[in-house]
Amino acid sequence: MKHVLNEIESKFEMFQILNEKGEIVNEEHVPDLSDEQLRELMRRMVYTRVLDQRSIALNRQGRLGFYAPTAGQEASQIASHFALEKEDFILPGYRDIPQLIWHGLPLYKAFLYSRGHYHGNQMDGVQALHPQIIIGAQYIQAVGVAMGMKLRGKKSVAVTYTGDGGTSQGDFYEGLNFAGVYNVPAIFFVQNNFFAISVPREMQSKAKTLAQKAVAAGIEGFQVDGMDPLAVYAITKHARERAINGEGPSLIETITYRYGPHTMAGDDPTRYRTEDLDNEWEKRDPLIRFRIYLKNKGLWTDEEEEAVIEQAKEDIREAIKQADNTPKQKVSELIEFMFEELPPTLQEQLEEYKRKESN
Amino acid sequence: MAQMTMIQAITDALRIELERDENVLVFGEDVGKNGGVFRATDGLQKQFGEHRVFDTPLAESAIGGLAIGLALQGFRPVPEIQFFGFLFEVMDSIAGQMSRMRYRTGNTEQAPITIRSPFGGGVQTPEMHADSLEGLMAQTPGVKVVIPSTPYDAKGLLISAIRDNDPVIFLEHMKLYRSFRQEVPEGEYTIELGKADVKREGKDVTIIAYGAMVHSSLKAAEELEKQNISAEVIDLRTVSPLDVETIINSVKKTNRAVVVQEAQRQAGVAANVVAEIQERAILHLEAPVLRVTAPDTVYPFAAVENEWLPDAKDIVAKVLEVIHF
Repeated sequence: MKHVLNEIESKFEMFQILNEKGEIVNEEHVPDLSDEQLRELMRRMVYTRVLDQRSIALNRQGRLGFYAPTAGQEASQIASHFALEKEDFILPGYRDIPQLIWHGLPLYKAFLYSRGHYHGNQMDGVQALHPQIIIGAQYIQAVGVAMGMKLRGKKSVAVTYTGDGGTSQGDFYEGLNFAGVYNVPAIFFVQNNFFAISVPREMQSKAKTLAQKAVAAGIEGFQVDGMDPLAVYAITKHARERAINGEGPSLIETITYRYGPHTMAGDDPTRYRTEDLDNEWEKRDPLIRFRIYLKNKGLWTDEEEEAVIEQAKEDIREAIKQADNTPKQKVSELIEFMFEELPPTLQEQLEEYKRKESN
Repeated sequence: MAQMTMIQAITDALRIELERDENVLVFGEDVGKNGGVFRATDGLQKQFGEHRVFDTPLAESAIGGLAIGLALQGFRPVPEIQFFGFLFEVMDSIAGQMSRMRYRTGNTEQAPITIRSPFGGGVQTPEMHADSLEGLMAQTPGVKVVIPSTPYDAKGLLISAIRDNDPVIFLEHMKLYRSFRQEVPEGEYTIELGKADVKREGKDVTIIAYGAMVHSSLKAAEELEKQNISAEVIDLRTVSPLDVETIINSVKKTNRAVVVQEAQRQAGVAANVVAEIQERAILHLEAPVLRVTAPDTVYPFAAVENEWLPDAKDIVAKVLEVIHF
């Protein structure tokens, strides 16, 4: 009897291009990015780090609602998005606000989403869905979006994100399996940050890698250093090309870490993580290594970074103002959103709320 | 006009909509080459091709998710859930996702999805194949729940459901698929969703039912006729949203009502109908509104199914109670 598990697992190796010292370790796969593109990628990561810090502060001041911190995951989020095109459709999880923003969602709308205002869920033509709350549901919906693109003959891909915990859901497997059967242009990301709230990665699966879960669905799986923007970009670009060329969907596991709590709703990471572990991961920070890399190439200065930070802060101030000035939502509006045409029973309820609201 | 069974009328409706709108896609387990386990999609893959009518892997949750994703790309998906007892596997896609699409996106996206599914009992299926779970769906805001009782209604309602821009759960009673034929017009016609139908006019009592129980109610009405009791039978056709107007107009005329459902008693569609009647017409009532339902047990095994299901005799007995109150 032949046992293949060890053999298959050992073949999944973490793909890396830029190590934590900012050195290229995989010359062959360095992506073909112009100097301006490299700087833009850095700008976006710095901007997103500031956005995260400010969002946490705004949440603590009571000026934002639901928020899931992103610091640590910039390479996984921003560099993967950097390899996409405007016409690609994103189905995000709730930590994936940065990808929505860089896909075109105005900042004030991200803030409105956080506050639970429906304006934040109106994408206004941005090819994306609002963040999914039910872990894994976005995976099966992504297959439908990708199949739709294929049927329409579009040259675009559906891209969806979940975390290590998401890989335990039935919808995760159903999504990969359907995507394989129909050979749709989809990219499935698992941002493995090692903790699903508090439950550690090894409690989600005995599998050595999460990328290998692609094998059972008959699709490609890649494990990539999720703190390395060049590696994440290169893998995503590759997966996108494969998808567009009809070579099928890919599962990409990014090895990453969230420095902050799960969300700002009372999670305390010290209950399940050690300071040593946090420190170890912070050394692998995507901004640190990319900064070194760009500085060595003469493409980045402290002044430039400072300018991005100031710009981000100013944008955030403006966006908060715009969010504050957005009209309050009404229950009557929400009733109107239940159906294209309201049935008489709901019409009665609408009139009741309109009366209440006019008092 | 042609004589059709309900299953033939359903296939006819699907064919008409597949022909009329290239965005209509039909998919599910065994719906392709096999034409569906009840043959509702018989011949459709051959006629419209594998891109329009296709089999899916065996996973109801993903069938729902697939429909949602396709809707986001402008398609009009008509997935089949092989038996409605499998609702629980696809519950998040329905109640957590597609029912909320319009609301959640601030009215910028919609989910024009029609989920067809065989439901109801009395055909001796294995466990979890038969059940009446329409109450769960009726309690889900954002979906319409349509249940035809005749071939004519099935065709017109299904065409309307597919053209509707909100999710519709279209439940086809298994016992009615081939139980009788009816004249059904060829070509397209629609029946408005959310509108009940008076299947028999009467003046002494209103019997309100849907699905297979419409036929039990009509049979009961015939029995009652022999006792000089004139029963009006209303077929709800859409159990969510309810056609309150038709119900109330009838009750105001007859002053008595019995509500019939095949489902268990607690928190069901019938309870909702009773609540609407007492809120809107209590002073017109000469007797309490009674319900005929199955008992509050899980759906029974096949060998005791026929005793468990309500029948015409139960309906006659309840009507006599409200008449002689």
